[in-house]
Amino acid sequence: MPEPVRPPERPVLGIETSCDETACAVYDGERGLLAHRLHSQIRLHAEYGGVVPELASRDHVARIHELVRQVLAESGVPAAELGGVAYTAGPGLIGALMVGASVAAGLATALDLPLIPVHHMEAHLLAPMLEERRPTFPFVALLVSGGHTLLVAVRGVGDYELLGESLDDAVGEAFDKTAKLLGLPYPGGPELARLAEAGNGSRFKFPRPMTDRPGLDFSFSGLKTAVLTTLPQAPEAADRADLAASFQEAVTDTLAIKCRRALDATGYTQLVVAGGVGANLRLREKLGALAQQQGFELFFPRQAFCTDNGAMIAYAGWARRAQGRATHAGPLFTTPRWPLAELRPPVAA
Amino acid sequence: MNILALDTATEACSAALQVAGRTLARFEIAGRTHTEKLVPMVHGLLAEAGIGFAQLDGYVCGVGPGSFAGVRIGVSFVKGLALAHDRPVVDVSSLAMLARPPLALGAQQVTCAIDARMNEVYVAAYRRSADGSPEALLDEQVCAPADVPAVAGAAVAVGSGWGSYESALRAAVGADLSAIDAAALPTAADALALALPRFAVGTTISAAALLPRYLRNKVALTLNEQRAARRG
Repeated sequence: MPEPVRPPERPVLGIETSCDETACAVYDGERGLLAHRLHSQIRLHAEYGGVVPELASRDHVARIHELVRQVLAESGVPAAELGGVAYTAGPGLIGALMVGASVAAGLATALDLPLIPVHHMEAHLLAPMLEERRPTFPFVALLVSGGHTLLVAVRGVGDYELLGESLDDAVGEAFDKTAKLLGLPYPGGPELARLAEAGNGSRFKFPRPMTDRPGLDFSFSGLKTAVLTTLPQAPEAADRADLAASFQEAVTDTLAIKCRRALDATGYTQLVVAGGVGANLRLREKLGALAQQQGFELFFPRQAFCTDNGAMIAYAGWARRAQGRATHAGPLFTTPRWPLAELRPPVAA
Repeated sequence: MNILALDTATEACSAALQVAGRTLARFEIAGRTHTEKLVPMVHGLLAEAGIGFAQLDGYVCGVGPGSFAGVRIGVSFVKGLALAHDRPVVDVSSLAMLARPPLALGAQQVTCAIDARMNEVYVAAYRRSADGSPEALLDEQVCAPADVPAVAGAAVAVGSGWGSYESALRAAVGADLSAIDAAALPTAADALALALPRFAVGTTISAAALLPRYLRNKVALTLNEQRAARRG
């Protein structure tokens, strides 16, 4: 279907409901981010010890209307003036994705606007573009979250090459599972990082998995097992802090080693770190030091845009739209699995 | 008044449009393909009527009970539609939708049951009120077929629950059943008919307040409950 005549500079509304955050934002090509809002479900899921998909979907449907209304009001953009409606189409929890997708489809249908399905991880790796200091293409992106651990060569919007990924647990998952072993409350990752601050990271010797051989893939499930077998040596609270710190050192060292390899392999001189684990301060510190030592440039989105958010969806939608890749209300596209390596727009103009 | 109604709560996907006093309707068995059917269906209706979305005065949405995911598709889609031009919404129960056709055809009482899986039914009973609309005799609830409260009087039985659990429901309800239609599905046309009086008197809601009616609200065990279950 030919692209309708609508100036690409019009702002795009982005809706994110892939997991346990309901979020939306309005992004404008000239004026940047106009408004963004987020509701986190962390407290809702805490008493269940993890995200309950059905409860996540229920909360999304209860919250989303007000969040969309607020960002439209705050941005000063009447819905009819939007250039498109972007939504997270996957990967994610299918029931949760469906809520954001259906709201987006309703808005786009009633207003005859382009509907823009966005890949959640693509949005994460483009998130640094929301900052004033932003990378230029090409760059290497490290995507680290509860569901993903990827190293990607980013040559342009939509032009990605998967360099490496985790063969088992994602980094965030390894953090969460290890936190659970240490008896920390959900969500464990940030709790573990907090505990590690007080610990001695060189006390326990943990492996740096898959760094002793060439390649850019990761494996973190063995580290979790290593923590489990070391646990009897750490009976006191102070020991636990050392254990947490030693685990965090092993993970962040491994990530740093692979990032350096990816930069060497591509010859690129910019590294972008995105995804929830990108908020980890020790990782930031270590990559910062490496960047200085190796002479590459390092980019992080602000903390709030490392974790799931609507701004990155609005931006990715806008970028896709600027390429002319959006669709008028066709079949609504959502998918729980969507490999980034296969990232081609599901519906191209 | 131009009103668009949608329902996606069951395996049916349906839409109905009231425009200038006439009603246009679409109905398909969608299974799990509501997201594929909904948008073309709505476009088709508006095109047939020759109107745009800006000319709609409000929306009607089926809110279940039914498939959780299915209901959320319709509710979320209607939220988006209504947000676009800030239009009011009327929410309609799928059980009331099932009750409407038999009552309109003269039945005095209807017991509606939708298979809720997990050996339960969504159930409600209605009688015909003075104006012909359904008036609840038994408020909608989810329970095992054998636990459905008895409702006296001669009634018609409708809904998939009667296909799955006829004997248990018969024994529990105790009513004198004149007919059973287990193949009946809720339709947007019925939702529209039930909602029009609410537009007339202004008892609409904001799309922000439009929410699925799940009835089954215990969907996961808390950590404490998981621990208790392990001890037990």
